[in-house]
Amino acid sequence: MKTRLTRDDRNGFLFALPWIVGFLLLSIYPLIMSLYYSFTEFSFISDPEWVGLDNFRQLFSDRRFYKSLGNTCFYAFVATPILLLVALLLALIANRRFALRSAARTIFFLPSIIPMVAATMVWIWMFDPTYGYINNFLALFGIEGPAWLINPKTTKWALVMMGSWCTGTSMLTCLAALQDVPRSYYESADLDGANAVQKFFHITIPSVAHVLVYQAILNLINAFQYFTQVYVITTASGGNTSGASGGPENSILMYPLYLFHNAFVYQKMGKASAMAWILMIIVGLLTIVMVKLSNKAVSNAGAE
Amino acid sequence: MDINVFKIRRRASHVAFYILAIALFIVFLSPFIVMVTTSFKTLDDAFTVPVKILPREWTFSNYGDAVERVPYWRYMGNTAYITLLSLMGELIVVPLVAYSLAKIRWRGAGIVSGLLMATMMIPYTVTMIPLYRTWHAFGLTGTYVPLIAPHFVGHAYYIIIMRQFMKGIPNSLFEAAKIDGANEFQRYITLGIPLCKPALTTVGIYTFIAAWSDYLAPLIYISSKDRMTLSLGLQQFLNEFTVDWTLLMAAAVIFVLPVVVLFFIFQRNFVEGVATSGLKA
Repeated sequence: MKTRLTRDDRNGFLFALPWIVGFLLLSIYPLIMSLYYSFTEFSFISDPEWVGLDNFRQLFSDRRFYKSLGNTCFYAFVATPILLLVALLLALIANRRFALRSAARTIFFLPSIIPMVAATMVWIWMFDPTYGYINNFLALFGIEGPAWLINPKTTKWALVMMGSWCTGTSMLTCLAALQDVPRSYYESADLDGANAVQKFFHITIPSVAHVLVYQAILNLINAFQYFTQVYVITTASGGNTSGASGGPENSILMYPLYLFHNAFVYQKMGKASAMAWILMIIVGLLTIVMVKLSNKAVSNAGAE
Repeated sequence: MDINVFKIRRRASHVAFYILAIALFIVFLSPFIVMVTTSFKTLDDAFTVPVKILPREWTFSNYGDAVERVPYWRYMGNTAYITLLSLMGELIVVPLVAYSLAKIRWRGAGIVSGLLMATMMIPYTVTMIPLYRTWHAFGLTGTYVPLIAPHFVGHAYYIIIMRQFMKGIPNSLFEAAKIDGANEFQRYITLGIPLCKPALTTVGIYTFIAAWSDYLAPLIYISSKDRMTLSLGLQQFLNEFTVDWTLLMAAAVIFVLPVVVLFFIFQRNFVEGVATSGLKA
């Protein structure tokens, strides 16, 4: 079937051309090459050499690979839901009619635009066991704070605290959704004598469910790419002679961090590419599952 | 229920709410407070227990020392240069592509829209290594090209924001110009661009912040000291045996300040960016 291209077809294509070129060169080409590289072995300077499934075999018997995958799963499935709840709480506060509402929006959102390296440095200083503000604050109440970034039991929770401070984008999305809930819903609930908790679970939550699920998908995908904070923390805290640290007992060796070590420190580019493709498949599957769930959540919410 | 009891209860919950809100304000502002107050402390003061929030003795020398310890102004210049070129790229390309998806009826529009969403799912770790090799093959590692070039093809997320905004502009405006004999490009320049100024501002701010704060790309591509950006420069304060936190915090304040100023100037655009990006669909 041959149809003539219209002038609109030509114009549309020309206008979109920069992105199409970029898509082919900066997304598709690297994507394919990365898959090829995952079956090869090479460093900065050498050429890729075919090794078949060696990289994958190496990874599946590599304890640090599982460790990093576990750490990232913690961040994705434990930290991320907590952070989303924090964002929702902040949005509820910022949505309430009170004198400090616009201050609330500003203060809760501002941290998420602060350059991550600078923010992470400030947190490292705040987490300092002796001179940090957090433990000094706890000391006022007679609590001896932990060595946040040194004790492998607390490092991940330190990340959760840092993350809670940076939920501004999720907060704004939740806020936009909350503002869309018609006031008449609450008014008729008031007439029926519903209390605040009932209104929250029967009106607020169903009304924002689709946005929460959407934001959860985005946050989950981002969680699998969580890198900068842990890189800065691990390079800042000493004992880093090899240039590749995963924090105390590798407790914050996140998947992308270990991938980065493999690529740019150990110069095992093939192994790193194999890790990248495993990540790609995980993220892809998660996205599909979450999108399916979200369609379900939306239709359920609509049914209520 | 007695009406007075009801009133008292209401007031109590009101007070409780204010206390909760203000406590959260303090928690969320504390990193800013720590950053600023530490930057005005002497080193002895910062390392005295118990730590006081305000400096016992205010000093302004940290700022001067920080910009001398590392070539900070140079890093700022480098960062500004990269940011400016990145802005130029996004602001030229994003509206072009968005216009083709929102206002031109062409056969590939559906495919491109779908692919836009798909690219946002690709982890950067997957493209990182092949891209590094490619830039290396062209001898461009160590230059700013790998940092800036991606901004000249348009970021998918920004294109989506812009497309949603353009869809809201009535088609009748463009049709009237078409009848007057304006071609597609003229319509784009004379109508499309001026009408989507608010969205352009939003994209501009997002790009500014992303380029100004970018860490991973400079980390991978920039190795020579005098080509570093602020985000890498800040780390220079750590690469010693003891960290001078007062200098580091002063340097961080200088790094963060432009972003905060920008935020307060364009505060409304941030909220609108999220609201108009079609995320609520």
